[in-house]
Amino acid sequence: MTAKEKGWKEIAPAGVCSKASTEFLTGDWKTYTPVRDPEKCTRCLLCVVFCPDGAIRWRPEKGDIEFDAGYCKGCGICANECPTKAITMKFEQE
Amino acid sequence: MTTEEWKFTTKDIAEKPDLFLSGHRACAGCGPATVLRMIMKATRGPTIVTEATGCMEVVSSIYPYTSWAVPWLHTAFETAAANASGIESALKIMKKKGKVKQEHVDVIAIAGDGGTYDIGIQALSGAVERGHDFLFVLYDNEAYMNTGIQRSGGTPHGAATTTSPAGTVIPGKLEYKKPIAEIMVAHEMPYVATASPYYWRDMLTKVRRGLEVEGPAFLHVFAPCPRGWRSDPAKSIEYSKLVVETCVFPLWESINGQCQLSTPSKLIALAPQKKKPVTDYLKGQGRFSHMFKPQGKKLLEEVQRVTDERWQRLLAKCGMAQ
Repeated sequence: MTAKEKGWKEIAPAGVCSKASTEFLTGDWKTYTPVRDPEKCTRCLLCVVFCPDGAIRWRPEKGDIEFDAGYCKGCGICANECPTKAITMKFEQE
Repeated sequence: MTTEEWKFTTKDIAEKPDLFLSGHRACAGCGPATVLRMIMKATRGPTIVTEATGCMEVVSSIYPYTSWAVPWLHTAFETAAANASGIESALKIMKKKGKVKQEHVDVIAIAGDGGTYDIGIQALSGAVERGHDFLFVLYDNEAYMNTGIQRSGGTPHGAATTTSPAGTVIPGKLEYKKPIAEIMVAHEMPYVATASPYYWRDMLTKVRRGLEVEGPAFLHVFAPCPRGWRSDPAKSIEYSKLVVETCVFPLWESINGQCQLSTPSKLIALAPQKKKPVTDYLKGQGRFSHMFKPQGKKLLEEVQRVTDERWQRLLAKCGMAQ
């Protein structure tokens, strides 16, 4: 425990979680990054449904999907389930 | 929104904000995480979730972060259903006293296969017997994954886990998977169903039906675990499709004791040539890899035999025996 963290007397009783997990980025776990071919993509949104991390967002104003690299763990479910094979997993390099 | 207005299209799901938030610490390719995200998309209004100890409880509530955008309660491993009955009773009395303004609050209890098949079954059985109005969701990843892949009552025959390792002495788990959904049907409860995330529309409809029904509802969801099954994370959803196509995990629902097959399984029942051999589902999973060695042939035949037997029994129950 660092000095900045609260002691047991200051935290909420019964260990109530107070922050949304969206503040915790899990995107740096990934080895592979999904890359989409917008030409092949039919916007069926199956990837949005199947993503375990909710890292693919539907933007109605753009009429398009967006990958959120901040949360994507690079599992590849989207690439595997894409009916038109528009998504490929690319090895991430620094 | 009623079931009629809510059409369950991909667009509806995509536009509805997540109630199970991003940033949870589940492994890459986690099946249960997809299942929970989707289940929370099918809720119809104010909802309280209670969860037994398990993978999804651990990954979604690492202090001080929480992945739940709804009131959420965790207590001990065995008490998911007991919690739910307490919450439901408290809501009833608070509504009577005018402390709860909402017309209806849904209660969902979530537990893994350990928290349902083994540890939580007495609380579940009691809560169902008392007839509390709640939906119990079992996400079945077929072992105690969170503590290091120990076998549970839900682990299938022949699967290798750390407490049933496949080797020269035993060929993986010796016992068979407990038919938990059928045990729940025997409780004469109003709604029991099985679901698989690949057939997401079917699953969301079942969640909604479970919430709408008066009294207890039980939903058994198949949830692949790439870590514990030693399978490719990208194939989690594919396995949840194959498991239905091979009839290892058929989709059906029982409304007031009337059992009927759901569309994906019904299509296989009507056209038996569509039924795939179990090897299609088993291959590629590390926990079954010993079955594909020469000495595993007998085990493979045994798994096929038991799967066929259970499938025929289900068909007879649904009045579709061949």
